[in-house]
Amino acid sequence: MTTAMEQLYQQVILDHAKHPHGRGLAVAPGGVASAESHQVNPTCGDEVTLQVDVDDSGVVRDVRWEGQGCSISQASVSVLHDLVVDQPLATVGELGATFRALMQTKGAGLDDEDAEDALGDANAFTGVGKFSARVKCALLGWVALSDALIKTGASATPKENA
Amino acid sequence: MTSTIEAPHTLSATELAAVRADFPLLERTLRDGRALVYLDSGATSQKPDVVLDAEQDFYIQRNAAVHRGAHQLAEEATEAFEDARARVARFVGVDDDEIVWTTNATAGINLVAYAMSNATLGRGGEAARRFALAPGDEIVVTEAEHHANLVPWQELAARTGAVLRWIGVSDDGRLRVDELDDVVGPHTRVIAFTHASNVTGAITDVAPFVAAARRVGALTVLDACQSVPHLPVDLHELGVDFAAFSGHKMFGPTGVGALYGRRELLAAMPPVTTGGSMVEVVTMESTTYAPPPQRFEAGTQMVSQAVAMGAAATYLSDIGMTAIAEHEAHLARLLLDAVASVPGVRVIGPTDTADRLATVSFVVDGVHAHDVGQVLDDAGVAVRVGHHCAQPLHRRFGVAATARASAAVYTTDEEIEVFREALSGVRAFFGLEAPASNEGAA
Repeated sequence: MTTAMEQLYQQVILDHAKHPHGRGLAVAPGGVASAESHQVNPTCGDEVTLQVDVDDSGVVRDVRWEGQGCSISQASVSVLHDLVVDQPLATVGELGATFRALMQTKGAGLDDEDAEDALGDANAFTGVGKFSARVKCALLGWVALSDALIKTGASATPKENA
Repeated sequence: MTSTIEAPHTLSATELAAVRADFPLLERTLRDGRALVYLDSGATSQKPDVVLDAEQDFYIQRNAAVHRGAHQLAEEATEAFEDARARVARFVGVDDDEIVWTTNATAGINLVAYAMSNATLGRGGEAARRFALAPGDEIVVTEAEHHANLVPWQELAARTGAVLRWIGVSDDGRLRVDELDDVVGPHTRVIAFTHASNVTGAITDVAPFVAAARRVGALTVLDACQSVPHLPVDLHELGVDFAAFSGHKMFGPTGVGALYGRRELLAAMPPVTTGGSMVEVVTMESTTYAPPPQRFEAGTQMVSQAVAMGAAATYLSDIGMTAIAEHEAHLARLLLDAVASVPGVRVIGPTDTADRLATVSFVVDGVHAHDVGQVLDDAGVAVRVGHHCAQPLHRRFGVAATARASAAVYTTDEEIEVFREALSGVRAFFGLEAPASNEGAA
């Protein structure tokens, strides 16, 4: 296998794909704003249905999902789950923006320690940026999350510093 | 067609090497200097020098507006354009004026569907009434269709109140010809079906479809995209009413395709896209239309691409479609054997080589098609992954996506061996143990 392949399919990604976190849709608990989004990647038929619960204080309480698709798309939703659960919306919005930015670096990485610390396991997707056809796979869950958050009426965009 | 002569009329090693030398792109290397193994000709074929040269030569030597202007260049451009039409017509066994240039096969099928819409609205007068649909009329398609030969008919049904019905697909990926008697009836007005599936590779026996259509007076529309680059095709002999195919799958450029229509049908059909070049007399109040094929070629045409598609038709004919079909039948056998040799891999489509293209779609147990394609790509092997614009067919087989290896005349035995080796490493790469035997893959 070549280096590019090893960078693409990091062990973290293979592990998440095999043992995904947050998988299985559930009925939302009371007292929270919940919404669901279904996204497809029409070129390859990857699908994800993602549910998000946001509580009164603007914290993401849970993310549950179902999906089918390649290891990149499925692992990415699993990592997303770990990153955003129990995070305030502003942080979730920033994480999404950072991950999207990472996907645009063509595999070079963000060269930003704070961003790397924030992304955690999601840094494993750095190599995906080298394969432009796969970027959509990695973003599928994040698109579903943004869409679901909009549906809850909460905003996923980071608040400007006052 | 299934001849088993001892010495098939196939390509010698020297002839095959000569064919490959015609395709400059096949020589390029990929990441890390890897040789390219192009097994995605079902999506689009590579182009030989004669096609590239024909397009460039048109611009360097003959470029002018066709069918207008009295100067020498305009004459030469028009001759080149019409000569290309004649070459394409000859290539599929029809007359020159039965070939309409389109931008691709999708556009050709839509042209027929929208002409029927216009006829339904009363356009084209009495002559076009045979194309008009009424609520309760039926349009028959098949479950194997590419979206290009399905969605336009769904839309036509929605616009006219016609009902869409379809022929199913058997477990081995063949069209259920036995369902024709049930599905085709007195209300059937159109039967649209593929000549060869871009997923299963199964080649359709056209005769029963044409016979069923004739029994009830329905029109037949054949999607010939996957057949014309790989088999000898004579549309008059097949007896279909319309057929669409694209240039880019038959060694021609993108941006050009052809619609065949039986002469008397094209003559009776109302236009779809209207404007310049397709008219006779235009007044402020109304317009009379040119005879076909010009009636269906509004606006400036893709002249250089049409010329190059003509060169592609000649190139294929020069190799010989029978020789191509023989070589590709051999490749189909090798591809099927390659896939069968790898545990945990299952073919979607016929596993015998009778009436089948060298187009083999498959699933690898436990590995998504996209990941399969990535591992193959790492070995330089280009395959298509996804639903190949045939979602209903994939749903029929209970899969969201497949990987597809599709060969063309320039494909070699060695390339299929590279494919086989790469495929055999896929499950291991994703940490899946190979089953103890092929039994386990069932």
